[in-house]
Amino acid sequence: MTRSTWLTSLLAYAVLCGIAFLFLLPILMMLSGSLKPDERVLIDTGTLAGLVPVQPTIENYQDVFARVPFLRYLFNSTLITSSIVVAGLLVNSLAAYAFARLRWPWRDKLLFGVIALMIIPLEAIAVPLFYQVTLLGWRDTYLVQIVPFIANAFSIYLFYSFFIGFPRELEEAARIDGAGPFRIFFTIVVPNAKPVFASVAILTFLTQWGSFLWPLMVTHSENVRPLPLGIAAFYTLPPLQWGDIFAFGVMMVAPVLLIFVLLQRWFVEGVATTGVKG
Amino acid sequence: MTTPRQLQERRVARLFVLPALAGLFFFVLLPFVLAVMLSLTNLRLGSPLPLEYIGIEQYRRIFSDSAFLQALANNLLFALMVVPLQTGLALALALLINQPLRARVAFRTLFFMPVVFPLSLVAVVWVLLLAPGSQGLFNHVLEHISFGRWEPVDFLHNTAWALAAIALTSIWQGIGFQMVIFLAALQSIPDELYQAASVDGANRWQQLLFITLPQLRNALVFVVLVTTILSFRLFDQVQIMTQGGPQHATTTVMYEAVTTGFGSQQVARGAAITVVFFVIVLVLTALQRYFLKQEREVE
Repeated sequence: MTRSTWLTSLLAYAVLCGIAFLFLLPILMMLSGSLKPDERVLIDTGTLAGLVPVQPTIENYQDVFARVPFLRYLFNSTLITSSIVVAGLLVNSLAAYAFARLRWPWRDKLLFGVIALMIIPLEAIAVPLFYQVTLLGWRDTYLVQIVPFIANAFSIYLFYSFFIGFPRELEEAARIDGAGPFRIFFTIVVPNAKPVFASVAILTFLTQWGSFLWPLMVTHSENVRPLPLGIAAFYTLPPLQWGDIFAFGVMMVAPVLLIFVLLQRWFVEGVATTGVKG
Repeated sequence: MTTPRQLQERRVARLFVLPALAGLFFFVLLPFVLAVMLSLTNLRLGSPLPLEYIGIEQYRRIFSDSAFLQALANNLLFALMVVPLQTGLALALALLINQPLRARVAFRTLFFMPVVFPLSLVAVVWVLLLAPGSQGLFNHVLEHISFGRWEPVDFLHNTAWALAAIALTSIWQGIGFQMVIFLAALQSIPDELYQAASVDGANRWQQLLFITLPQLRNALVFVVLVTTILSFRLFDQVQIMTQGGPQHATTTVMYEAVTTGFGSQQVARGAAITVVFFVIVLVLTALQRYFLKQEREVE
């Protein structure tokens, strides 16, 4: 290594470590606050020494379970998000395959329509959609938080771009052997399309797991409400106890962080595809 | 002449697309058409007036309503703060991490981490970071580095600071997403370009200016536009941190749409606001396509 590259990487490390510390501060504050006894949480939040919990306790965690149905929120979030991800992968990949590979009337016009729908964000349709699901009698259910988000134009587009670039030879060989589109799709296309399935799964997960506006509008009972509403409600539930709030936050984010660290390559690739395809 | 094989293919294709198209029709297209139609009426739940077509009256009303105009201005101001800062910082981080460092994956993981935090949780935690007095980390640090000259500010209840405080919160949560997009773009720049440039005697700044930035053009256009659209969708943080206050300093277009169209049941008015929101997104998307197309023509 030359002297100048050695110096640049030292400098890069110094700058990165500084920024990394600033980035971590809110997370560290949350973690240490969750472990402090109630009377100490607010005493030294303003100082760096406050990041070390003296006399750590799990009292706050016990409080969370005593004060709100945390496990219920966690179950709801998991059920809703995983249903959307799984059903969405199936429904959108099948549609994209039909657009990319099968021949049928209206195909190109409908594909254009689907791509045009990509620019309509949930926020632009939230108000009429709310009255629509009210008419269906779906308010305050799991259904209302799952079904509207399964079909997704952007997911179809991501799958479509992948299938279009997929070599036809494998499918042709299977077709000559007499396999129908169903068999070809599930035994040849799906096993070879893992990266795009992973990308779509992770992008869907990231948008749905933090979903706040829609559940806020359509649910009112804790039985079906997800974690993001849980933390918001907990924050306004008197008495305001930051230790408990932080404990809630830690438990809310820990499982996701774990998944993220284990699958981080896929997370990064999933996000990177939005930049290439968007 | 259609063969049995083609007929079978059509049947299967219909089966494959039906669930997705039905979903998109009922939960995206239909509500969108309804939003446009409702915005042209006087519908208000619980109102004794009969349902009437009133043309663009709702639009005239919202554009002469100071609360809505303030919300629109707040969104613009928010975008002006978030877009350059977040794009610039994300690009800087990506450039730093793209150095041949051993710990680059660790840093990438770290900066991306907040992206998996739900915004609602981030908002709650930042309420305490931004708290007034010695409890708030920000005030405390500012007091320290200014040797006591900094007067503690209640950021979230101060009309001059509240929106900027929400902007900072949002940047912290979202910056990793943009950084990863820049990183992917940086890694797709062919090495030969840099080799050729160093043969020609270009220094690192010149390489950054004349190779890296032009090669990142598409990623830059994408990130800027997506961040702008996200700025106009701002809702969660406002709902949790300020409820639009103090004195409407942090209301946003989406916050207005939800409080009128849903909170006070003025359906038509809420629908009109969401249609305006859609038009903003449409214009931004069209701009993105325009800039990207220009690029392709140059090539």
